[in-house]
Amino acid sequence: MGDLILLAISAILVNNILLIQYLGNCPFLGTSKKMDTAVGMAMAVVFVLAMAGIVTWIVFYVILKPFGLEYIRTLVFILVIAALVQFVELFLKKSIPALYAGLGIFLPLITTNCAVFGVCIINIDNEYGFIEMLVSSIAYPLGFGLALVLFAGLRERIIIGRVPTPMQDVAIALVTAGFMSLSFLGFKGMI
Amino acid sequence: MSDVTLAQDFTKGLWKEIPPFRLVLGLCPTLAVTKAFETGFGMGLALTFVLVCSNVLVSAGRKMIPAKVRVPCFIIIIATFVVIVELVMQAYTYPLFLKLGIFIPLIVVNCIVLGRAEAFAYKNGIGASIADGLGMGIGFTISLSVLGSIREIFGAGTFLGKAIFGASFQPFTFMVEAPGAFVCLGLMLGVMNLIGSE
Repeated sequence: MGDLILLAISAILVNNILLIQYLGNCPFLGTSKKMDTAVGMAMAVVFVLAMAGIVTWIVFYVILKPFGLEYIRTLVFILVIAALVQFVELFLKKSIPALYAGLGIFLPLITTNCAVFGVCIINIDNEYGFIEMLVSSIAYPLGFGLALVLFAGLRERIIIGRVPTPMQDVAIALVTAGFMSLSFLGFKGMI
Repeated sequence: MSDVTLAQDFTKGLWKEIPPFRLVLGLCPTLAVTKAFETGFGMGLALTFVLVCSNVLVSAGRKMIPAKVRVPCFIIIIATFVVIVELVMQAYTYPLFLKLGIFIPLIVVNCIVLGRAEAFAYKNGIGASIADGLGMGIGFTISLSVLGSIREIFGAGTFLGKAIFGASFQPFTFMVEAPGAFVCLGLMLGVMNLIGSE
């Protein structure tokens, strides 16, 4: 049990997927201009990643490994994720329209979110068991959401400030992300 | 298709639309593998290969691929070439393969490749698509190499593994850690905007 808590803390803070592992940075910069889009994206990632982690893990250990097909996991995983995103989209549209409206365009975008694909690969590369995989597939996207929402707050403040013209928009956002990353690096001492 | 436009398709990737700066796509590998010149350059080459091959195939099949399912088709094409790169690198450049780690399979979800397939190769001929893929790939390689060199020189005091500052130099470790990547990329983007605006 202690190990799992440690794994969760490490995934959320110490190895934060956005700021320390550099995964999912395109949506990080793209959707962090406003707080509501950031929250929508964070929710969509948590939702899809938890499912994608489980499905890809099962596909890898039940289908690919027994047949010695580990080398095509990249191809298989991306297809599984793309299909899953479509299914989730259809399912939500039909059964939970409120959540579907909230997630909006972020759902289809998730297919090309490297955070989702990256965590699925991390689960396999680190040879996690089923429970560990479950914890990591939930904790990593929580870390993603945490960093994204905090960053969106910072960016909303930056817009008010006076930034030199060449540094505006993405450039200053990257530097800000750098200092956020520096503060997350401080968590290294926790483990 | 005249030579002039081919040249334009090629050179726009080198400065005017140089990825990842101008397009702000494909940031994850840009940040993650630029701890040193070698990894940045290797990543650039791997991406160039995938980009050119996928551009050719998408362009060749653009009349056959139905518009509604084009994105899944692109992803399958890209994923196939990524698997090839993965296996080739594992066989011939194993140390580099280990250093790049999960960022090789992650080329699949690199927005630059998918973006070029969607925005260029699906609408243009094979020749133009090769030029576009090569230009974008080389531009990406240059960006990553420059960023990797800066971070390696200041962060570790070495270039290509050789010490260049002498023993008294205190490495600026901040640069090779995660925050250095963000700050360095942000400042480079700022400098490029400054040059571009004049």
